[in-house]
Amino acid sequence: MSAAVIEVQGLSKHFRKDDEELIALRGVDLTVEQGSFLVLLGRSGCGKSTLLNLLAGLTPPTSGQITYGGKPMRGPNTQVGYLTQHDTLMPWRDVARNVQMPRELRGESKKERAAVAAELIKLVGLDGFERHYPRELSGGMRRRASLARMLCADPETLLLDEPFGALDAQLRTELQGELLRLWSGSGRTVVFVTHDIEEALILADRVVVLGPVGTILLDQPVDLPRPRDPDDIRVDPHFVELHRRLSAALKEGAR
Amino acid sequence: MSATTTPQVGAVARPAGPLRETSRRTWRQRHGRKTLIWGWRIGLLVVLLVVWQALSGPVLDPQFVSSPNGIATRLGDWVADGTLWSNTWITVQEIVLGFLVGALSGAALAYLIASVRVVWDILDPFLMALYAIPKVALAPLFIVWFGIGTDMKVLLAAVTVFFLVFLNTAAGVHEVDRALVDAVRLMNGTRRDIAFKVVLPASMTGLLTGLRVSIPYALIGAVIGELVASNRGLGYLISDSSAKFDTDGVFATLVVLSVIAAALNAIVNLLGKRANRWKPLDAEA
Repeated sequence: MSAAVIEVQGLSKHFRKDDEELIALRGVDLTVEQGSFLVLLGRSGCGKSTLLNLLAGLTPPTSGQITYGGKPMRGPNTQVGYLTQHDTLMPWRDVARNVQMPRELRGESKKERAAVAAELIKLVGLDGFERHYPRELSGGMRRRASLARMLCADPETLLLDEPFGALDAQLRTELQGELLRLWSGSGRTVVFVTHDIEEALILADRVVVLGPVGTILLDQPVDLPRPRDPDDIRVDPHFVELHRRLSAALKEGAR
Repeated sequence: MSATTTPQVGAVARPAGPLRETSRRTWRQRHGRKTLIWGWRIGLLVVLLVVWQALSGPVLDPQFVSSPNGIATRLGDWVADGTLWSNTWITVQEIVLGFLVGALSGAALAYLIASVRVVWDILDPFLMALYAIPKVALAPLFIVWFGIGTDMKVLLAAVTVFFLVFLNTAAGVHEVDRALVDAVRLMNGTRRDIAFKVVLPASMTGLLTGLRVSIPYALIGAVIGELVASNRGLGYLISDSSAKFDTDGVFATLVVLSVIAAALNAIVNLLGKRANRWKPLDAEA
């Protein structure tokens, strides 16, 4: 077992609305190992996105603490790449300039960052669309551009919030494969949020099923051999067994 | 600029984006609609002028409604003796100066105040109260402060422009997508990066809206200033003509004013098109 890169202890997050406190997360404990692919599985409204926002350091926790790489986190965590549910490409920048942005902010020279960006754009299959603005692209293409931008920052940890939720099944499978290819052997850590059990099982080393207010219902290692072919694996008895178990845990949480 | 893209084998299969093809359109397809619209516009104008000319005299008293012919004659006279040019130049100067002063101060202050939520919340009611004052009501005060020279007109124009640009820009700043700011924060962006690479471009739409809607008001401010007190400018020309019961002169000045307004609008539209290239085509209409 390798070292923990993210450690979450007694994490709670409340949102205040007038005189009411909305509790999104309560007392969450979670450890993410370096280089692992962790999937957080949960129904909508269980605080998955809030948890990712906290891991990214975009909002401070109400109580509890998060350490990243052994250090307590303060402010935005710039070691992570965060792919949110909705696109955050700058609409006034074309694809190439969007992808370059992380390196532009680091002050890298134009030539250098253009070369990296061009490579990444090719990697995600967007070559030929460098000069297009986000609104001229389809949803799937925008996802690819976002993915390329995230990778351009060369983050050591990837936080992905239902990144392929809005895509058609083919494209989703394709991008899942691409993500696995980028992850395997890179030493990067991935925290992937989804509500889709199949997606969780195809991708994960470990699935954590979250219930209301972030209660951990099940912490399930996934020992299916890689590479996992999405078509064949569905009929694998072990896959079916895991699927049943995760599904049961989700149902349990609903009660 | 559309070129046929041939599918390539990249790291990932090409996304199913729209297929692009060069299309050959006839002259009619390319310019047909535009020609039609302009044809009708010109036709409508001609009809209006002919009807006006025909009715003026036999049916309506030219002393009250003037006539296209009378207006043209008056314009010709004014061009000949230099009245038109000297007065138009004065008014245009007031409009442009007033617009620049108002727009620059409005935009600058909007970025300063609207970026800090607390400051905005504190100042909001005061600003709205000032905004609600009819700017014409300020004219007497401005005369006391600045005299009846061009300064007074410039400032009257600037005040109106200021509020429109300020409020629209502030709205643009407030509507900046929080997620975009967060994205830049995660890229280790500084406050400066956020200001210049997110807030500024994102609020550009608001700023441009402010500039666009305030242009006629720069003209209104300047002309009202001239109507209240002056001895030069197009506003003076209107009040002078009407005092002499010279409707031809009043209408001639109005024609000049609408030409100036149209020209100013065209300039702002050009500006808007350039800055909003990233907007989808259908949102630009």
